[in-house]
Amino acid sequence: MKLYLKYISIHIRSMMEYKKSFFLTLIGQFFVSFHAFLGMYFMFQRFNQVKGFTYKECLFCFSIVLMAFSLAEIFFRAFDRFHIIIGNGQFDRMLVRPRGLVFQVLASQFELTRFGRLLQAIVLFVYVLITGDISWSMLRIITVILMIVGGIVVFSGIFMLYAGLCFFTLEGLEFLNIITDGAREYGKYPVSVYGRFVLKFSTYIVPFALFQYYPFLYIIGKNTNSFYCILPLVGTLFLVPCYIVWRIGVRKYVSTGS
Amino acid sequence: MIQVENLSKIYKVSRREAGMKSAWKNLFSRQYEEVKAIQNLSFSVKKGEMVGYIGPNGAGKSSTIKILSGILTPEEGTCIINGRIPWKERKAHVKDIGVVFGQRSQLWWDVPVIDSFELLKDIYQISKEQYNNSLEELVNCLSLSTILKTPTRQLSLGQRMRCEIAASLLHNPSILFLDEPTIGLDAVSKLAVRDFIKKRNEVHKTTVILTTHDMQDIEALTSRIMLIGRGRLLLDGTLDNLKEQVGQSNNNLDEVLAALYKKYKIQ
Amino acid sequence: MKYQEKIDLNVVFPITKYITFFKIRFLTGLQYRSAALAGVVTQFAWGFLELLMFQAFYESGSGVFPMGMEQLAAYVWLQQAFLSLYMIWYWEGDIFNSIRNGDVAYELCRPISIYTMWFTKCMGSRISKAVLRCVPILFLACFLPYPFGLKVNIGKVEIIFFILSMTLALLVSVAFSMVIYMLTFFTTNQQGLQIVAASLAEFFGGAVIPIPFFPEKLQKVLNLLPFASMQNIPFRIFSGNIRGVFLYESVAMQITWVVILLLLGKYLEKKALQKICVLGG
Repeated sequence: MKLYLKYISIHIRSMMEYKKSFFLTLIGQFFVSFHAFLGMYFMFQRFNQVKGFTYKECLFCFSIVLMAFSLAEIFFRAFDRFHIIIGNGQFDRMLVRPRGLVFQVLASQFELTRFGRLLQAIVLFVYVLITGDISWSMLRIITVILMIVGGIVVFSGIFMLYAGLCFFTLEGLEFLNIITDGAREYGKYPVSVYGRFVLKFSTYIVPFALFQYYPFLYIIGKNTNSFYCILPLVGTLFLVPCYIVWRIGVRKYVSTGS
Repeated sequence: MIQVENLSKIYKVSRREAGMKSAWKNLFSRQYEEVKAIQNLSFSVKKGEMVGYIGPNGAGKSSTIKILSGILTPEEGTCIINGRIPWKERKAHVKDIGVVFGQRSQLWWDVPVIDSFELLKDIYQISKEQYNNSLEELVNCLSLSTILKTPTRQLSLGQRMRCEIAASLLHNPSILFLDEPTIGLDAVSKLAVRDFIKKRNEVHKTTVILTTHDMQDIEALTSRIMLIGRGRLLLDGTLDNLKEQVGQSNNNLDEVLAALYKKYKIQ
Repeated sequence: MKYQEKIDLNVVFPITKYITFFKIRFLTGLQYRSAALAGVVTQFAWGFLELLMFQAFYESGSGVFPMGMEQLAAYVWLQQAFLSLYMIWYWEGDIFNSIRNGDVAYELCRPISIYTMWFTKCMGSRISKAVLRCVPILFLACFLPYPFGLKVNIGKVEIIFFILSMTLALLVSVAFSMVIYMLTFFTTNQQGLQIVAASLAEFFGGAVIPIPFFPEKLQKVLNLLPFASMQNIPFRIFSGNIRGVFLYESVAMQITWVVILLLLGKYLEKKALQKICVLGG
């Protein structure tokens, strides 16, 4: 942990070498995710609900997904950009250092610019908290925290899966965008909006619904089953197969070197 | 110290011909070819030895270095370094080696060199005392004191290479792998690097394995030369042995080497 | 004698060397077959999710839905099929790199115009990506059930305008990105510039939600911006959302933007070259 903080401090100092660039990128990031929100806002100017969900409810959903995604991106971004680490030989360097590989990859990047996105998620979240009509209870507060944690784990799992697959091919991994960027973009509406198939897929295959949809229903009071609160924890099991793919990938790398 | 027996490494490479037609063809099927990067390689290196590892491009030099440093797992054969198999006990093994890739940097680009060193200290869990000693020695021998506070990106190539070498030696490894350490350097920097390596070897008895295309590196540093071509070890001996093979001892070294490549048909 | 002729040909038609750039780019694009397959799968899923989302809104209030669901489907499928033609965020990484690390100086040594070379390079890689991807996406989209399917609901005249407008939209997109490439000569912050430019173009070009879904007042402003002259116009012509007099108006708007952006790009190129000469590379 101490070493991780040292890595972070180096990243921050590197970033500060380019202060102007850093802030511009930060602002850029803020706007990029801002247009997802704007799109949603304009839609709700025309329509007052979608499949029985109100604007505020969708906004709540969006802020949770965005928060989980941007936190995952800040800390686990290096896995998402693993093709670069392999491509420039950085991974070879990691192999000749006496530290765990997951740790080294994790520490090799710390995407501060993504704070722009996080900031926006927080603003939206606070906005919904103040103006929305969710009646809060202890269990609901815990559920929100679990949703965010569950979301971070699921997104990091996907990033790790991507990195693991990078060992096998560097092209054709674009389809994973559906479950990273796609989940972020389309996760602004409760999953059920997209129909039964998407809901099933994101319950059993890539467990987005476990941290987004079901606990969300509990929080807005559409469902009183308190079992829904712990579903985000079930969703974290997703990390297991992703880690296995990563391990297999590393093993393949050291036997072929490509 | 280093014991290598019957090492083999095979790659699969995809082939593609030029032109519009084959680009389309390639869209649907792809052909692979097996390339034997290393075949039946055996040698041993004693503690404190300096070995020059030479051969034309693609001869299998960097594959060997990668296997010895634990990055690659070979198909066949064994390799024992300091009593360990590199790819089986990676973490323990790499604590005892230093690697310099001449064409790649291990320093953090935007922060002062000393910050990179500090981080390496923690990565390698070097004790404070040992770190201070190593640093002092390296700074003196490589004359780094004026450039320690400079960000890596502002260093000249020669300055950077000196820092790279220092970074690889902070944890005081018993073996140092140098992959083309003098590539692209000016005369002064080359001499400085060579001098340093020589001294390091004398004082710390560091085992050095050096790959290079620069025959003057070899002449200045190593008493023993291994020539590799098409994945096989062709020659293992002194510089004089090498010259005897061609029988033109008064030619310059590059010509000797070229004649050797020709003789073994490896280029 | 023959040698002489060959050189003359190049002088008379200096365009041949740019065709070579185009071809190289195109061939490199073709090499990545699994990338293309993955792209098709991704874009198909992406388009489908988008349609499902709009469908949900349609069911919740069809009265205020500004396009027909079928029109929207056509818009979305064209958008996915031709994504690489119009999306500003398809940057050419090596152009940015060559500007940043100074390799651009080598390009200056060659007897060619940087602007034209990069322009053709961009066109080449965009078209090669699109060629591979559009066919399967359009094909699949045709067989989807109502209202998600892709159908041709327009007449001959509109088809001609559609093709013309597709071409113009590509020129606008590339000319716009050329302006950004040229601007990177003057900034230390490429990434920020890239992100801001791409996200403006994306949002105001109708990639997040089509322009008819914006509030009406805002639409009037958006239609005047270059972003609306990219994907928005051809796709809406095809879906039958732009017709009659608006056809001429829209295409005229596109032509205007091509000219403005080309001139601006060339002007910036000149300034950039001056700057490089002063700095000596």
